[in-house]
Amino acid sequence: MKSRLVTFAGLLALALAMPVAAQKKYDAGASDKEIKIGNTNPYSGPASAYGAIGKSIAAYFRMVNERGGINGRRINFVTYDDGYSPPKTVEMVRKLVEQDEVLLVFQPLGTPSNTAIQKYMNGKKVPQLFVATGATKWNDPKHFPWTMGWQPNYQTEARIYAKHILDTKPNAKIAVLYQNDDYGKDYLKGFEDGLGAKKNMIVAKASYEVSEPTVDSQILQLKSSGADVFFNITTPKFAAQAIRAAYDTGWKPTHYLNNVSNSVGSVLKPAGLEKAVGVITSAYLKDPTDKRWANDAAMKTWREFMAKYNPEGDLSDPFNVYGYTVAATLEQVLKQCGDTLTRENVMKQAASLKRFRVDTMLPGISITTSPSDFAPIEAVQLERFNGQQFELFGEVISAEQ
Amino acid sequence: MSRKTVTVTILLLIALACVLPFVLKSYHTFQATLVLVYAIALLGLNILTGYNGQISLGHGAFYAIGAYCAAILMDQAGLPYWATIPIAAAVCLLVGFLFGLPALRLEGLYLALATFALAVSMPPILKSHLLEKWTGGVQGIVIVKPDPPAFLGAAGIKLNADQWLYFFSLAVAIVLFIVGWNLISGRIGRALVAIRDHHTAAEAMGIHTALYKSLAFGVSAMYTGVAGALGAIAVQFVAPDSFNVFLSITFLVGIVVGGLASLPGALYGALFIQFVPNIADELSKAAPWAVFGVFLIGFVYLMPTGVAGAVRTLRRRLGSGKLFPLSKEEALP
Amino acid sequence: MEAVLFQVLAGLATGGIYASLALALVMIYQATHLVNFAQGEMAMFATYIAWSLINAGFGYWPAFFLTVLIAFVLGVLIERVVIRPVENAPVLAVVVVFIGLLVILNSVAGWIFTYTIKSFPSPFPAAIGIRYMSPHQMGALLVTLVVLALLYVFFRFTPLGLAMRAAAQNPASSRLVGIRVGWMLALGWGLAAAVGAVAGMMVAPIVYLDPNMMAGILLYAFAAALLGGIDSPGGAVVGGLVVGVLENLLGAFVIGNELKLVVALVLIVGVLLVRPSGFFGSVQVSRV
Repeated sequence: MKSRLVTFAGLLALALAMPVAAQKKYDAGASDKEIKIGNTNPYSGPASAYGAIGKSIAAYFRMVNERGGINGRRINFVTYDDGYSPPKTVEMVRKLVEQDEVLLVFQPLGTPSNTAIQKYMNGKKVPQLFVATGATKWNDPKHFPWTMGWQPNYQTEARIYAKHILDTKPNAKIAVLYQNDDYGKDYLKGFEDGLGAKKNMIVAKASYEVSEPTVDSQILQLKSSGADVFFNITTPKFAAQAIRAAYDTGWKPTHYLNNVSNSVGSVLKPAGLEKAVGVITSAYLKDPTDKRWANDAAMKTWREFMAKYNPEGDLSDPFNVYGYTVAATLEQVLKQCGDTLTRENVMKQAASLKRFRVDTMLPGISITTSPSDFAPIEAVQLERFNGQQFELFGEVISAEQ
Repeated sequence: MSRKTVTVTILLLIALACVLPFVLKSYHTFQATLVLVYAIALLGLNILTGYNGQISLGHGAFYAIGAYCAAILMDQAGLPYWATIPIAAAVCLLVGFLFGLPALRLEGLYLALATFALAVSMPPILKSHLLEKWTGGVQGIVIVKPDPPAFLGAAGIKLNADQWLYFFSLAVAIVLFIVGWNLISGRIGRALVAIRDHHTAAEAMGIHTALYKSLAFGVSAMYTGVAGALGAIAVQFVAPDSFNVFLSITFLVGIVVGGLASLPGALYGALFIQFVPNIADELSKAAPWAVFGVFLIGFVYLMPTGVAGAVRTLRRRLGSGKLFPLSKEEALP
Repeated sequence: MEAVLFQVLAGLATGGIYASLALALVMIYQATHLVNFAQGEMAMFATYIAWSLINAGFGYWPAFFLTVLIAFVLGVLIERVVIRPVENAPVLAVVVVFIGLLVILNSVAGWIFTYTIKSFPSPFPAAIGIRYMSPHQMGALLVTLVVLALLYVFFRFTPLGLAMRAAAQNPASSRLVGIRVGWMLALGWGLAAAVGAVAGMMVAPIVYLDPNMMAGILLYAFAAALLGGIDSPGGAVVGGLVVGVLENLLGAFVIGNELKLVVALVLIVGVLLVRPSGFFGSVQVSRV
């Protein structure tokens, strides 16, 4: 009953709003000529590897501008360095909102950084859109209607691995290696939740800090637990070390690798392709170093884009595909806004994407959002490494409601 | 410059500081609050390293302790923000003093390592599952920004949260600077400098070096802890990895660039560490740290005794006499 | 029991990494009485130079020695151009210059070479590996010991080594005896950079080459160098090995991975409290 009333009220409001929608409406940061988009990224400090994302997004919008912009407006992409330090993120985001007066803040990077600004953004009613973190908390439209994630969240991914283990190896003994920060712990939580009552299948857990030189000691610890399944929650450098160390010590578990570090060129190759045979991971984007996509039209376009607009970027870095894809998603949202470039409409359009695809995503994966679903990408595909490239197996797994 | 001129200058500065939040945008007021916070932290470090010669690469840890004190008390114990400041001060005073005691045995580089160890240990301790219940672990703690107190509204003065927090921090900073000035210009300050310049002679003169050195650690930690608490309230968020060793190194950079053994040096240093990284970011997205590094080296080349030292030299050359109780000869390490 | 042995061996391997950088730190300290915080980044940058040479077609050993030479020259240049102007500044000011150097090298390396990890080849034949210690880890340890021996002989038995130590300890008197103090310092920097380059090239195959490769290692190397005594090359190596093994044992069997670094550091500082100059450091006696 209540929902019907709401629907009726909504339709009425829509009908009343219709004639108004035809006019141009602008919030701060939007005008006839340009749309100002704000962003923070770590271009310095220990997380500067992720700065590649900001650079590829900037390059994408340069390309968009050269093609005439979005609905005739050029994009003014303003990005600041926050060094992955939450106090700095707060300062820079306040600058973007209060001084630069951007229309929205797009893809701020890092879980702690986004946690620090979430209340502020929602208080100021400025979109905190497509945040660059896989933490699970960004899909909460009821409490934080101005915050939206983008990539498949870590807990969902971990639950998918847990389910796969329960389905294929119900008596397994599992060892987990995880980075001791919010990203690692989020994956771990999802994994443990996914195992549910069978959480005690995890016989060993080892954590590491980013400041440690190697994880060899942790691998030895995990191996000596006698586990035959290994869930590897590490960032690229440590993932490569873990893969190599596991092989070199003669430990041959069923190896699940988190999505963050599944690049063939940047992780598996340094580890040793032969040492990574059998590694299972999930993916939603095309890996620029995977031979599968060597002749793929979308990746060819991407390579041309990199050569022309982001020549300093590394072609083997999957962050450059990530940046390209998420920028394309924002392009779609802004296109859908038309001439109503208000912050409210930006969120509204972001929450009305229906099966939107960018060709750099894996086949079968698309973006769908709704006012109650602020998780754009919820689908991944499992794949297994055969020594040369990843082979997809199974269906596209989606947590879409 | 006579005493009177000094007082007038300082009063003018304070007046200027009071006017700022009404002419600046909210976000600039926020930045100004951060400058005050860093100035307090740097003053703390300066007491220990500048005036007392005990090098500390670990003041980020005391900043973190102060910040978490404020966060935990506000989030879990429901204390009002202003009550957390004295508690943070007391806790850090104690921790600093306790750290200073064994540190008495260590000199120079070895002391640097001990403090370095403290700084490096902070994030793992804060993240540890043993303390997770209070610290929130890797997720950190989100704090609600305090509103201006009711009595101001009743008096008809309308301030927003940023402005109120700025004035609050300004008040704390002024109080702490006055206390610090008193400390430095009195017997204690002279004892600290004597210990720094010639330890054995100081002891021979009857100065209880062990007590003074540990006290210096305690007071220094207290200042930085208060700064941490204020900083946490301003930023409204604390997380373990933002209090890493680089924060400690930033503080050290701040006092060197600002000027060792100098009160105004704390302010200059705070301005440097707050704004120069932003400038570096404007100049280069590709390698902002490189630009920052160039600024650092440039500053040290041009002003080896810090901005305060350069200002002192300038003023001397313009024909002024003694300005602060410690003259240039006594104050330089 | 086997598990303990494996952790010890792994600890020796990691400890070897710390030892090699600790050697470079001790080297620069013996030559200048300063701890160069940029040592790690200099080593990292030298390793990138080696990587570029190898990618350009040079063989491993030609690239290795060429890099050591280039690193030496760069070290001398840095001392003459960057450090010389602040020679007379307060010690802490010089430390800030080191920090400036650190961030510049880190940032420029990231800009030129990007942050994706790179593999670095290992020259050691598979034959010298034993179980749980790869051929490279054995070889790296060996190289560190050889460098240690060379340094020891250099400082103890050659006139140049003596001159360098004198210049660092007492510049004024050294000048009076005819030692060119300025060039001794430059030489010291060059040698430290060369040792650092060797350390970097030994470390990279184990931890993978990226601009932040040395940041964590510098931390441990600093602790190791001081534990062993900042003016003792042998102490640096012993310190490095001890730190490596200690950390592994603590993490695997005592306190868990979260707090192993904290406990290790507490223990190290504890040792320093008992022996304030480190295991093998010489106690400084100064006249009043």
